Amino acid sequence: MATTETNAPMLHTDKGQIPRDAVPPRRSGRWSGYRHLLWVRLLELKREPEVVFWVFVFPLLLAAGLGIAFRNKPADITSVVIIDGPAAQRTLAMLQGSETGLADKSAANDKTSSVRASVLDRDAALKAFHFGKYDLAIEANADGSFTYYYDPARPESVLSRAEIDAKLQSAAGRKDVLITSAKTSSEPGSRYIDFLIPGLLGMNLMNSGMWGVGFAIVEMRQRKLLKRFVATPMRRSDFLLALTSSRLVLMIIEVGLLLGFGVLVFHMRVQGSILSVMLIGAIGAVAFGGVGLLTACRAQKIESVSGLINLVMMPMWIFSGVFFSYQKFPVIAQPFIKALPLTALNDALRATIIEGASFGAQSARLLVLAVWGGVSFILALRWFRWT
Amino acid sequence: MASPIECTNLRKTYDGKLEAVRGVSLQIEAGQCFGLLGPNGAGKTTTIEILEGLLAPTSGEVRIFGHTWDDNPRQLREWIGISLQETRLSEKLTVRETIELFASFYSEPRAAAEVLDDLELTEKSDAWVGKLSGGQKQRLAVATALVGNPRVLFLDEPTTGLDPQSRRQLWDIIRAFQKNGGTVLLTTHYMDEAERLCDRLAIVDHGQIIAEGAPSDLIERLGGQHVVEFQVSDNGRKNAKDGSEDLDRWRSLPGVESVRREDSTVCLSVREPHLTIPALLDVVGSEGDRLEHLSTRQASLEDVFVQLTGRHLRED
Repeated sequence: MATTETNAPMLHTDKGQIPRDAVPPRRSGRWSGYRHLLWVRLLELKREPEVVFWVFVFPLLLAAGLGIAFRNKPADITSVVIIDGPAAQRTLAMLQGSETGLADKSAANDKTSSVRASVLDRDAALKAFHFGKYDLAIEANADGSFTYYYDPARPESVLSRAEIDAKLQSAAGRKDVLITSAKTSSEPGSRYIDFLIPGLLGMNLMNSGMWGVGFAIVEMRQRKLLKRFVATPMRRSDFLLALTSSRLVLMIIEVGLLLGFGVLVFHMRVQGSILSVMLIGAIGAVAFGGVGLLTACRAQKIESVSGLINLVMMPMWIFSGVFFSYQKFPVIAQPFIKALPLTALNDALRATIIEGASFGAQSARLLVLAVWGGVSFILALRWFRWT
Repeated sequence: MASPIECTNLRKTYDGKLEAVRGVSLQIEAGQCFGLLGPNGAGKTTTIEILEGLLAPTSGEVRIFGHTWDDNPRQLREWIGISLQETRLSEKLTVRETIELFASFYSEPRAAAEVLDDLELTEKSDAWVGKLSGGQKQRLAVATALVGNPRVLFLDEPTTGLDPQSRRQLWDIIRAFQKNGGTVLLTTHYMDEAERLCDRLAIVDHGQIIAEGAPSDLIERLGGQHVVEFQVSDNGRKNAKDGSEDLDRWRSLPGVESVRREDSTVCLSVREPHLTIPALLDVVGSEGDRLEHLSTRQASLEDVFVQLTGRHLRED
């Protein structure tokens, strides 16, 4: 092309061409853009009440709710229903009487063992039992015998049957021939809340990584802010780095809040070092930041990325052992479950928090996280749509 | 010295079929305010975004100060400031935070306070962007373009949707930038904006430049500086079967350079209205028609556009 030829010798354009007698220019440092991007991101998050709620308050509410719901769960309180009839009140008295009238030491010390009994007519009683409101239904027969309705598939129903039977038998005068004693064991570390809190931590790091990075990017793309940014000399890597590192800052607060809550409210004990927990949290936060980046690398609309984010997270909510152990899934599925990033993160957090495992012992799980994060980040950079 | 902006034979095809830009060549000199004037969908935004290095052309070449966008894009970005057609800046940042953020991307930015002062945004420094009026938001958008101390300013429809006062304020800002030696490329579909602000214009339609020159030259090229508009009643007289025969009547009047009809109004581009109008009245009188309306005005870029395309700039 002719113009190309004529312009080629004039490639040297010096900046002094335009007289600028305004103030002398100040120079920005190499990291000035990154620092501002990070600062602005944190400011925006702070000024968005919804973010504060979903990232910080919601996980605490979830922990509190589940922690309380499952606090006394180990089938301690048996709730039974007595089918109304001529002998119903006598049965009730037997159950209650046995409660206070027990003479042997082991039972008297066993404060956790108790029975909550109600009397209902036959239909209502059986219906409530079938719906799981009661663990056992008792019917006193005319001949003085008892019939138990129980569900052998429900562990608490089986336990309840044994317990009620023992109570009724002893109320009827059976004497125990062996003297036994029991010590309770619900030490911090083996309770449901101890299992739950690390899982919630992992889930929260995933949620806020996916939404905090993925959603934010698509929102900025939709507002044409990404396009505006790349119209400046801003380094694109600075932008992505700032977004990811804003996750690290939030991670410290998220982990601190949730662990602090567990320790203060549920007397949970962190067996491993806090530093290990934070390092694992950081690797998890960055890995999910990468996955969030990949999820959002092409999407043009908030609606489409919301669906994508849920699609990516859904399997991990179910399989990665947030609320219950993934050991319950078939053996054949285990390798796939363990390859999920949230499984690796949850396992590493649980091992460190509950068992006090060392950071080094988690290297295989952290490698899984690093591969997910790293591969996602590289693919995201390759496919990223700025405009 | 290479021109600040130069392009040859730009073409942009979307999805292999829609040709948004069809062979645009431009050369914009330093210190000029250059306007791309055209209706919505003419390809102005596609053209300016290709020049800004935000879109790759399907074919053709762009040079900014003699460099292509592949040479050293970061250096080129230091030299130019851009305001996109629609950018929604973060609503929950203050005006100052926004400017500081954009300043931080440039190696030698201007002081934020100074830019805010120039754009009369100092009072709003600590207000959230979401609370600004349309005019203030648009000034802030231009401020983000100016804070990098650019040599070239790209503005895509900078005043669309603004009230007259805000528009004038922005024009002043653009003129001030130009007075300091800056080069401006802007797109607009407002002919008054193009006429008052631009040293040179390219009129764009269907992805092509259909006329280029200084606004006064373009109007001059119409053949007349004045437009005479009038309506006559036929008075029952049988009109010519096709309009052209009718228009020929007026084309032969003294001083008439061109004729067109819009609905029932006849528009004459004339060089000397004092010769044309008496002759017009004579013709109307001699044929027994009645003159229903007569007015004269200065010719505008709108007339140029209509002359070239047969359509108005803004069909609304």
